[in-house]
Amino acid sequence: MNEHLATRGVEADAVPVSAPRGLVLLWVLVPLAVLAAAIWWLISANPLARFDNGAPPVENLTVERTVLDQSGLRLLVRAGGSEPMTIAQVQVDAGYWEFTQTPAGSIARGDTAWVSIPFPWVLGEAHLVNFVTNTGATFEHAIPVAVATPVATSGNLVSQAILGAFVGILPVAVGLMFYPALRGAGPSLMDFLLAMTIGLLGFLVVDTLEDAFEFAGEASAIFQGQAMVVLAAAASFLLLTAISRRQGRPSGLALATYIAFGIGLHNLGEGLAIGAAFAAGAAGLGTFLVIGFTLHNITEGIGIAAPILKVRPPLWTFAGLALLAGGPAVVGMWIGSLAYAPQWSALALAIGAGAILQVIVEVGALLMRERGGGSATLWSPPVLAGVFVGVGFMYATAMLVKI
Amino acid sequence: MRRWLPFDIGRRGFLGAGLLAAGGAALSARSASGETSHPAGHGLAMTVDGNAPPVLAHRAAHGAMITVGDVDNARNGFDPTAILTDWDTGTLSTLPDGRRLRTFEVTAEDKEIEIAPGVFFPAWTYNGRVPGPSLRAMEGERLRIVFRNDASHPHSMHFHGIHSGRMDGVAGSPGLIGPGEEFTYEFDAKPFGCHLYHCHALPLARHMHKGMYGLFVIDPDPARHPSLADVARSRLHGTLENAQWQELAMVMNAFDTTFDGENEFYACNTIAHVYAKTPIRIVKNRPVRIYLVNVTEFDPINSFHLHANFFDYYDQGTTLTPTLKTVDLIMQCQAQRGILEFTFAEHEPGLYMFHAHQAEFTELGWMGMFDVVEVES
Repeated sequence: MNEHLATRGVEADAVPVSAPRGLVLLWVLVPLAVLAAAIWWLISANPLARFDNGAPPVENLTVERTVLDQSGLRLLVRAGGSEPMTIAQVQVDAGYWEFTQTPAGSIARGDTAWVSIPFPWVLGEAHLVNFVTNTGATFEHAIPVAVATPVATSGNLVSQAILGAFVGILPVAVGLMFYPALRGAGPSLMDFLLAMTIGLLGFLVVDTLEDAFEFAGEASAIFQGQAMVVLAAAASFLLLTAISRRQGRPSGLALATYIAFGIGLHNLGEGLAIGAAFAAGAAGLGTFLVIGFTLHNITEGIGIAAPILKVRPPLWTFAGLALLAGGPAVVGMWIGSLAYAPQWSALALAIGAGAILQVIVEVGALLMRERGGGSATLWSPPVLAGVFVGVGFMYATAMLVKI
Repeated sequence: MRRWLPFDIGRRGFLGAGLLAAGGAALSARSASGETSHPAGHGLAMTVDGNAPPVLAHRAAHGAMITVGDVDNARNGFDPTAILTDWDTGTLSTLPDGRRLRTFEVTAEDKEIEIAPGVFFPAWTYNGRVPGPSLRAMEGERLRIVFRNDASHPHSMHFHGIHSGRMDGVAGSPGLIGPGEEFTYEFDAKPFGCHLYHCHALPLARHMHKGMYGLFVIDPDPARHPSLADVARSRLHGTLENAQWQELAMVMNAFDTTFDGENEFYACNTIAHVYAKTPIRIVKNRPVRIYLVNVTEFDPINSFHLHANFFDYYDQGTTLTPTLKTVDLIMQCQAQRGILEFTFAEHEPGLYMFHAHQAEFTELGWMGMFDVVEVES
């Protein structure tokens, strides 16, 4: 029956394909030609002229990077107006300053330009930059705490890498070190541990999305940050699910790797936030906070270890998993401290959220499969307890690091 | 996002609490050099593009802290340097009873003007300029001001002076006219002094800050002030004694380009920083007299401070003896005005600064320079 249908389908499809190619091409070109003609008429005849009520064009300006150095302030601005816009004057702290713009002239919609101001900024104090356009509109950009923007010297990179290792790699490694102790786990403990992994990943997906939306809100409107986050998360979820299921449902080491990958993207976001805090002058990052982060992330290691308790992977895979999950914290810190553009951070975090969502689904599927109890497994006491402990632990330790 | 800033922006006292022990400390050592490398304050002599262009006079005084570029006076249709001295004395005729009649013609029109280099403001103007024409008459003359409204909103001319209520230009009086209409204000020029006129249509704040104001100076008639006739003659436009003085019309104004109730640009005679970039030439041995009025909207007061010198001040200009002697700073609320008299006769030639002594106004454009020279050239 199926075979028959398939055959008929092929035959039915074959008819238009064998039709003259020129005709098909024509029917692709005709709608495009209509579109081109409509645009040409819109531009040449200007039928929208009567809508021109004399109102000034809509202007939008977003600062994407802020660099403070010996020569003053440098800001990367992105224009998002309905027409090319011109920065006429620049105030810093309610005073006009000479500035140079590269490239000079008006900035087309979606384009960027660097604005340099020889402003003698004061270490540790707040400054307010205000761009005045040729229509008199103003766009403010706050520098909450002025500190020199870190430059990528080997000394800086190393010290940031050490910090990144503390908040990213170390806790994951510590969590993975529970592996020998957990190997003898019975079915109930296994269920509990896998469920705890789901709980902690559930916390992380919420946390990551929250960060992604916040970055998206800072980005220029043309990136449509909120939609971008949702779509990128969905796309990454679907892509990773499709890839992981090419050879059946992932379990064991493969599942552990996907968990590590998702957690790694989340830790990239954490690194970005810490790096950005440096760039924004938050030198008051205390030892207490770092310890809090380390505790917070230890469960991530246990979560990665849970699917591989019943297999015996070689030792080097543990190092690989720890690096995959924790290493991105280091990379995030480097990128974040160099004053990045918010839309890229939002995109990275959205991909991370999708990846975490994928492993939640896969770990849940694994739970149902292992016990053969279907969805009823999910409501068993060990599983429910695991989920609550996972979420609860993450929430409680997050209190150490939320300010 | 995690709140890594361990304080609110508004609570900066927490800054410098526990530095990170593990990694970040190296960073703060680097950034600590950020502040000290800059020369301080006014004297900042930094070239923006690094090409070391010839140092302009105003750059020596302000460094990089100034608006960029110049305003196109030709496109604006008025030149702020010319505005200092281009008094509108109207046309003079004689009434049947022998009195002098002075007639002015003023037209209200909408006009986009460049108020700072590259920044355009949709102004409402008298005679296409901001401030409007500096009207000048003599005490006791009959004045006729033919006012035509070619603008898009109702407007009026409300004169600070002594006249009937019908001639007051407020809402409900015939002097407030709609677009396309015309009205002639008529009254006697009194009292002598340094006055102003402005639009009194509602809402007043909008009509003021859009640019509808100007100086209205009534010179004293020497015949009416026999005991101080010399002083009165020196004030009377067109006399030999008056020609000795270097008289300047200055209107302190500001522009709220975002219409949020706060000014983005402050200036003397509209164009931010214009007299800093084009200093006002003053011949050293001739005395200076400034007719100064404040029309700044949204800020309670404005002020005038003269550097390296002191002046006598005539509040509202209605007296022939100073109301304040030997001061270097006066302040004016909106519509307050007065006459400043001073001399650079004993000074060495050079640039002498003047500005509002609200540093904020100064740095947003209200500052300028006198270029004191030895002889007229």
